[in-house]
Amino acid sequence: MIRAMLIPRRLIMLGLFAAFVLWCALALDWSWLPRYTPLALSGLWVTIWLLVVTIVLGFALAVPLGLAQAIGPWYLAAPARAFCTVIRGTPLLLQIWLLYFGLGSLFPQFPWIRESELWPYLRQAWPYAVLSLTLSYAGYEGEVMRGAFASVQKGQIEAARAFGMPRFKIFRRIWLPQAFRQALPTLGGETILQLKATPLVATITIVELYAVAARVRQDTFIIYEPLLLLALAYLVIAGLITLGFRWIEQRGPRQ
Amino acid sequence: MKMNMIMATATAALLTAGAAAAETVKIGIASEPYPPFAAPDSAGNWSGWEVEIANALCEAADLECEITPTGWDGIIPSLLGEQIDVIMASMSITEDRAEKIAFTDHYYKTPAVIVAPKGSDMTPNAEGLDGKILGVQASTTHQAYAQKHFEDAASEIRVYQTQDEANQDLYSGRIDAVQADSIAMADFVNSDIGDCCEIVGNVPDDESILGKGVGAGLRKGEDELREKLNAAIAEIRENGTYDEITDKYFSTTIYSE
Amino acid sequence: MEQTLELLSLSPPGWGANLLRGLAASIQIALGAFGFGLIIGFFGAMGKLYGSPWVRDLLEVYTTVVRAVPELVLILILYFVGTDIINQIAAAMGRGPVEISGIAAGIWVLGVVQGAYATEILRGAIKAVPPGQIEAARAFGMPRGLLARRVTIPAMTAFAIPGLANLWLIATKDTALLAVVGFSELTLETRQAAQSTRAYFTFFLAAGFLYLMVTLLSGVLFGRIEKWARRGQPSHRGTS
Repeated sequence: MIRAMLIPRRLIMLGLFAAFVLWCALALDWSWLPRYTPLALSGLWVTIWLLVVTIVLGFALAVPLGLAQAIGPWYLAAPARAFCTVIRGTPLLLQIWLLYFGLGSLFPQFPWIRESELWPYLRQAWPYAVLSLTLSYAGYEGEVMRGAFASVQKGQIEAARAFGMPRFKIFRRIWLPQAFRQALPTLGGETILQLKATPLVATITIVELYAVAARVRQDTFIIYEPLLLLALAYLVIAGLITLGFRWIEQRGPRQ
Repeated sequence: MKMNMIMATATAALLTAGAAAAETVKIGIASEPYPPFAAPDSAGNWSGWEVEIANALCEAADLECEITPTGWDGIIPSLLGEQIDVIMASMSITEDRAEKIAFTDHYYKTPAVIVAPKGSDMTPNAEGLDGKILGVQASTTHQAYAQKHFEDAASEIRVYQTQDEANQDLYSGRIDAVQADSIAMADFVNSDIGDCCEIVGNVPDDESILGKGVGAGLRKGEDELREKLNAAIAEIRENGTYDEITDKYFSTTIYSE
Repeated sequence: MEQTLELLSLSPPGWGANLLRGLAASIQIALGAFGFGLIIGFFGAMGKLYGSPWVRDLLEVYTTVVRAVPELVLILILYFVGTDIINQIAAAMGRGPVEISGIAAGIWVLGVVQGAYATEILRGAIKAVPPGQIEAARAFGMPRGLLARRVTIPAMTAFAIPGLANLWLIATKDTALLAVVGFSELTLETRQAAQSTRAYFTFFLAAGFLYLMVTLLSGVLFGRIEKWARRGQPSHRGTS
């Protein structure tokens, strides 16, 4: 990796890149940065929090969705398939707005909602962000898991059954781990796609990384600098995700 | 090399596809509905007080104008990028904005108000908003004002992309109050869903943020256009066109010096 | 129910026509961006496979950056940068500032994003063509242009179709992001209709239905195209 960077051509490119960074640092206007650093850090935290929570919840939902499609009876497979099709067939932005503004516009017709225990949460924006991002991830990942479950060799399951292993144990010990390994390379890519989806929740008043950059632009009318820094931040996070998944892939048992 | 040529052809295609008839002044309005100042009907035609004033100004200044809806969030970059030539989108003349763009004289000026559900007994100041959730529209003087004066008192300042979305959330009960322009809010509380709420009063003035009224935004250096528009503002105020249009939309005056 | 139908009716005061107009704009932008992306992708794939080391490294930077940065951020950057550059070119050519139509700008920004994905898909497809076929054509002394037109492109099409079908769906859905920048496409028209009538739920559902129809119809269409592209090939290569 490092040696690959030491070829003269790449050294020149790195030099050019460094010059570009230097030019950005010197020629562009970064005077706003100290003032917005605390806000940017909290935005970064919200982005990462959203990413982690929705991926964990989304994956938990994707497993039954994939399973239902792979081996479920038709009355489970059909709704699971329909769900995945609808999620994958419509823009996430629209889904987010439907959940936040669409549901919001219905509240006043049902006064009891405002008296319920859930109301303090329903007033916040983050539950809608978490819900829409989770459903979206589950929709895409459900499809991946369907393929992964289907690809686990039948012989292994039959062997486990022959040993009298209970059904749930077969699933937990043999089927799920293998399907998970099968899906792992795709999972890395999907996680980056999920990262790229998080800025959309800025449109429903969540102050994550993108919203902070938008605020800087709105307050100071500086256009390029916050956007460049924002792009860099996403590049770094995506790079870390890639490295993380590579590490997990190398760690697990080989097939 | 081949790639360069393709790119050049593609760029040229973009250029010719977009080349416009010269000399039309493009008036940028916000593409988010802001009734009663500007809102589209279902046929896609924009109407409202500000649209009519824009047309009247163009007529008075003898300019050929085209109303161009532009995303509010990017409206100043669009002006600077020359996608539009004039901003007439209820934009207050503030010091911050005046550093980037030029303004004409103001063509309306109204106070900022707080709107809250009926019977909430809220007062339009930091004490009244203590522990409440306040909604404002992004990139507005109201956002800047709320973040300066109410940041500590309010439990949260929620920033919406459009005024309508903030109003909608006030109606649904997700937020406790909205800060916005008095005229737009008067229109809101008279609508069916605005029935939930009332104007509780003006916020304390802060001219450095709330500005000197609403003016048309232009690129710096386009003094000729600015002079033309200033003359046109004076002219329509003088010859009664301004009042005629205003009477169609409002029961009170919306101009003060 | 009756009220809903009235809101969605095609003639004013219904907003149905607005949604359809937005849909037409969305499809136009998606088609343009997809086509522009394919052109970039074709040359990108060629560059990555046969280009000089410089070209390969630069293309690697392009595809990595575009695939790691959120489309929304790229759209904003490309929108502002693109109009800046074009205005500067125009000024250099001695012309005044050009007005760039919303559709052209949308095609430009989404096309650059699509190009990065198309580069990877087409590169994979070209690599999947059995090398013997290309070598045979070369051995017969076929010129490069003819080789690309007659052998490489037809043979790789079948491998590229599933990926491209996915990319096309991404193109149609990504047009929704242009709503945030204020382009008048389906999602923005929907939002305006919803805000003007307060019928948020109705309009967002209706728009979702329209997008879903586009997706399903595209699925059928691409299925046909794939079948056609695979004619004469062994069928065991299945889906990828």
